[in-house]
Amino acid sequence: MRVLAAMSGGVDSAVAAARAVAAGHEVTGVHLALARNPQTYRTGARGCCTLEDSRDARRAADVLGIPFYVWDMADRFHDDVVDDFVAEYAAGRTPNPCLRCNEKIKFAAVLDRAVALGFDAVVTGHHARLGPDGLLRRSVDAAKDQSYVLAVLTRAQLDRSIFPLGDSTKAEVRAEAARRGLAVADKPDSHDICFIADGDTRGFLAQRLGEAPGEVVDALTGAVVGSHSGAYQYTVGQRRGLHLDRPAADGRPRYVLSITPTTNTVTVGPAEALEVSSVRATRPVWTGGPRPDGPIECEVQLRAHGDVVPATVTVDADGLHASLRRPVRGVAAGQAIVAYRPDPAGDVVLGSATIAV
Amino acid sequence: MAYLDHAATTPMLDEALEAYVATAREVGNASSLHAAGRRARRRVEESRERVAAVLGARPSEVIFTGGGTESDNLAVKGIFWARRAARAERVRVVSSAVEHHAVLDAVDWLVDHEGAQVGWLPVDGAGRLRPQRLDAELAEHGDRVAVVTAMWANNEVGTVQPVAELAAVAAAHGVPFHTDAIQAVGQVPVDFAASGVSALTVTGHKLGGPAGVGALLLARDVAATPLLHGGGQERDVRSGTLDAAGIVAFAVAVETAVKGQQEYAARVAALRDELVERVRQAVPEVVFNGDPTDRLPGNAHFSFPGCEGDALLLLLDAQGIACSTGSACSAGVAQPSHVLLAMGADDDRARSSLRFTLGHTSTGADVDALIAALPAAVERARRAAALRTPR
Repeated sequence: MRVLAAMSGGVDSAVAAARAVAAGHEVTGVHLALARNPQTYRTGARGCCTLEDSRDARRAADVLGIPFYVWDMADRFHDDVVDDFVAEYAAGRTPNPCLRCNEKIKFAAVLDRAVALGFDAVVTGHHARLGPDGLLRRSVDAAKDQSYVLAVLTRAQLDRSIFPLGDSTKAEVRAEAARRGLAVADKPDSHDICFIADGDTRGFLAQRLGEAPGEVVDALTGAVVGSHSGAYQYTVGQRRGLHLDRPAADGRPRYVLSITPTTNTVTVGPAEALEVSSVRATRPVWTGGPRPDGPIECEVQLRAHGDVVPATVTVDADGLHASLRRPVRGVAAGQAIVAYRPDPAGDVVLGSATIAV
Repeated sequence: MAYLDHAATTPMLDEALEAYVATAREVGNASSLHAAGRRARRRVEESRERVAAVLGARPSEVIFTGGGTESDNLAVKGIFWARRAARAERVRVVSSAVEHHAVLDAVDWLVDHEGAQVGWLPVDGAGRLRPQRLDAELAEHGDRVAVVTAMWANNEVGTVQPVAELAAVAAAHGVPFHTDAIQAVGQVPVDFAASGVSALTVTGHKLGGPAGVGALLLARDVAATPLLHGGGQERDVRSGTLDAAGIVAFAVAVETAVKGQQEYAARVAALRDELVERVRQAVPEVVFNGDPTDRLPGNAHFSFPGCEGDALLLLLDAQGIACSTGSACSAGVAQPSHVLLAMGADDDRARSSLRFTLGHTSTGADVDALIAALPAAVERARRAAALRTPR
């Protein structure tokens, strides 16, 4: 097949491209320029937008002997990921920009362009399994598993995706990179959001959304217990940094329970009030088989690297509902709920949706 | 492979390569006083005379450099500094909107770091400068202009400028005139003295010599403050141990290219005309850019409506055809050509452009390969561009 390898400049995508070459595919490497001004993130950031990353990706492609180009996706990325990230926070939700980037950029804008240019599929260095059965499964490396941020992909997108790393641990990937002479073998992993160079998400949001002072209200008493300079600075489940003027009446710690943009209110309450047993979600995608007619038993994951909970899930064209077998704390609107079917050959992604509450 | 990117770099001539290897085998620093040093010095001075002879300069006017970018920087910054040092009000640089980045960015640097002012000369739709505009600029600002710099021929669209007329205007106002002739030497007749310019940039690897060696021809009466300080080589204007092997090979290439220019230009222009005609037949809606007559013999430059140049380049590259989209930023992102934008093209047309440049190794088979691959590439690139969100 003619395949396009998305190469971030990191070790995973370099080894993924190498494996695609080894599998006999005709591989072309592409680095996505996502920052409008690549110079902006020249130092400090270990994201996917830096000049250094572009050079690392190019060098890896040289070693593999494949053509390499840089594609300018900065405008699309800015509109579909960065602006969306800010708008979601402004709406009181907690977005996952990596998930959005997969949904809108890597497996949409890039994949569509690749297909138009005559490529059959896109190869990425995500840690997830996608075998001949077409089912998306967790990576063998549970700590590095990225099936959660890929679960948003549709059948059509998965059919044109190749994830060569799902059967390997990160340690194996690094060892293979070293064996293949790829200089990125010991390059540090990226953790932060790539477009927030200094890792200061609150500062980034404050710069874009400005100050919007409002009240912090206790859910139990209805009393105003503090003030804030912008509700977007809070995330459901957050305990630190609440700066309450008055301690709670019951003397117990308070957590952010919800954010109400219409009134610009942050509601706090005790830990148990965070517990959620029922989750509604919108924009469902179902790729682990035909969409079920009735309730099914499965496991769900409610945030990246979050715990897995048994649940009963019903899904229809409009949404998804999950009854959790045990309550979960810190379920944030805007995150994805991903349904898995436990499987010894790797838990299978059944489907996903965006958490409403 | 069909190599249609000779304006980026062209294969070394056999005679230049042989001269390089032969000289590189010899030991000797041209500044040393012993026999080995004298031999290296002799090679360098013979090369200086050869370059001077074919380019209409005196040997003492040839300053060897590390290539075109250095020569352009030396001319623009060096003459600016020297002229301003002589008279403090000379803080203005006059240049054109279609210069290579080696000139554009040097001018911008002077603006940012030396308080320079700049007068940008516009071009017409074919990329041509008008001497009257320079005359008007100098009539208004003449006493304050340190240097005028305008290229002999454009590296992207191939338009050849009326350099002698421009130089005459500058001379009438008593302002030194530098020209970047990197694309011109060996392609069109270039005579330093006859052209009336004060300084001229030439580089090796565009005409069959090695990369990393070039020259600035600098008239004796024009001062340039050095960029590099050290051992005082090259009239004290360019310090650094002379690259005898590179200089010898450069001189051989310049001499060969200039002596063979007429024959070369006739052959390559005929091939280029065939390429243009067949591209037009294959893709009727193509737009031909640049001056149709006053242009470099090996240059064909097109906009392909509805396509993105970088997609076309990828598709042609996959078919073994090497061409160019123009410039890219340091991260490798294709940028809309500043040359086409200056010629009045909109962003889409600037981004839809490809440059094909022929050279001394080009044959009809290269053109055949391009024409065989082009229609399918254009169709695919159009499909890809249709997905693009409007900017």
